[in-house]
Amino acid sequence: METVEINLEEQFQARIDADISIEPKDWMPDAYRKTLIRQISQHAHSELVGMLPEGNWITRAPSLKRKSILLSKVQDEAGHGLYLYSAAETLGTTRDQMLADLHSGKAKYSSIFNYPTLSWADMGTVGWLVDGAAILNQVPLCRTSYGPYARAMVRVCKEESFHQRQGFEIMQTLCEGTPVQKEMAQEALNRWWWPTLMMFGPKDADSPNTAQSMNWRIKRFTNDELRQKFVDMMVPQAEFLGLTVPDPALKWNETKQGYDFGDVNWEEFWNVVKGNGMCNKDRLGARVKAHEEGAWVREAALAHAKKRAERAEAA
Amino acid sequence: MQVAPSETSALNNYVPELRQQLFHYVLQLADTSLILGHRLSEWCGHGPVLEQDLAMANIALDLLGETRSLYQYAAELEGKGGTEDDLAFLRIATEYRNPLLVEQPNGDFAATVARQFLFDNFHYHFLRELHASTDERLAAIAEKAVKEAAYHLKWTSEWLIRLGDGTEESRQRLDQALASLWRYSGELTTPTATEKALQAAGIIPDYAGLLPKMEAHLNHVFQEATVPVPQGVFMMTGGKEGRHSEHLGYILAELQYMQRTYPGMKW
Repeated sequence: METVEINLEEQFQARIDADISIEPKDWMPDAYRKTLIRQISQHAHSELVGMLPEGNWITRAPSLKRKSILLSKVQDEAGHGLYLYSAAETLGTTRDQMLADLHSGKAKYSSIFNYPTLSWADMGTVGWLVDGAAILNQVPLCRTSYGPYARAMVRVCKEESFHQRQGFEIMQTLCEGTPVQKEMAQEALNRWWWPTLMMFGPKDADSPNTAQSMNWRIKRFTNDELRQKFVDMMVPQAEFLGLTVPDPALKWNETKQGYDFGDVNWEEFWNVVKGNGMCNKDRLGARVKAHEEGAWVREAALAHAKKRAERAEAA
Repeated sequence: MQVAPSETSALNNYVPELRQQLFHYVLQLADTSLILGHRLSEWCGHGPVLEQDLAMANIALDLLGETRSLYQYAAELEGKGGTEDDLAFLRIATEYRNPLLVEQPNGDFAATVARQFLFDNFHYHFLRELHASTDERLAAIAEKAVKEAAYHLKWTSEWLIRLGDGTEESRQRLDQALASLWRYSGELTTPTATEKALQAAGIIPDYAGLLPKMEAHLNHVFQEATVPVPQGVFMMTGGKEGRHSEHLGYILAELQYMQRTYPGMKW
């Protein structure tokens, strides 16, 4: 029995190393399955909870065009949530189970969505920075070892890069606008810069699962590698906009051909992860409320479907 | 959604009085889809299940697209160089011309479905006829919007049936929603003086012609939903002439906040 198990593990790792995608019916180590369920459902939950901070501005968007774009973006996010829940379900869990874990606080979602959206410029910043960070995380996932996840990410990334450009365009419009608008853009960047850097997760030294996830090719880059790429990509964009990145330690490093930057406030990060961010209670509360108040709707749909089926059978 | 501007000469075909009436009427249509879209968008992230969250955002987005085409046309009719945003964000409640139904609060999902069904049943049948308008621009806008309205009506009809013929609770909630919203349904097909003039000019359909089709669809859906059609309810009107419920002021306070706070800027 032991020998068979080892062979399976070896065969599995050999497939991973040969970059052959793992499919739902393939054998996989339990820990691989669990890690993926955790990661994909967390990703799906982030899409779902991520509708709230942006949804907060739909009714107040400053022009009809911007309102349309925002609505369409939030709709895309709901769609991403659906793809990802489906991808996670191929691993043997259910959406009901995943949602129950979200609502009980057992499952996490991205820490970024626990920050409040306080001005219209936040819609630009969230699109530009937060979606920018998401893309850096997600593009490598288009080649992640688990097939259904990789394929979901291909679709997600196409729409996400569109959102990111829209976000940048909001920032550009603000920065080319009046001094009041420019100030609004800078103030939003000041609030979102550090929380966005936190999206890449703890430092490599404090990220015990990274090595295993890299071996399994679930992850393709470490947290710190992606964070560095992000800073290198965003600083020139901020300069182009005429905005200042709120980091006195930020400096171009000629030797490494990248930016040196200050350390993230990890105490704040862990506090937000633990539920003590500005909006953790509101975000989760809104999700739980929607789910509980929607229970009778879901029950009605089920009851009606059953009646229909019974009538069809009787006829 | 963008509909190509018609020739300026076509606008000049209207005598000033008719052109003014058409301007007010196009505003009425635009206000209607804007306010209903606004209400639906309030559901964003709070729907009973992700698929329906998506569906409501989708309908809101369609309505907003229709709104924009209509305001763009209204701005041309007005001929003062205004934009869609001026018309949406800089008019006060008594200048808004949407019927009372669409400004009613979302309430629970049953109230939203009932409101949407009553509107969609009118909207779809109306747009089908408007498609034949002698006004080319309205006909073109209707041609695009009717495809969307057909989808909306399908969605709301199905949900009305699910809720009516679902559980005891869903039935009660639907009954309650219809009891409070039915009184706003008559305004949709009660023509104002402006509408009468435009009907006489062949620019918009006569509502009397829509009623049999609307009734037939409604009767069919209510029957499937096992819900009786309310009878003898007093019908509230006034929205289309700027006499609104107290709800509209709050909608506009939220909708217009940015443009009022930061006037004259580009976003």
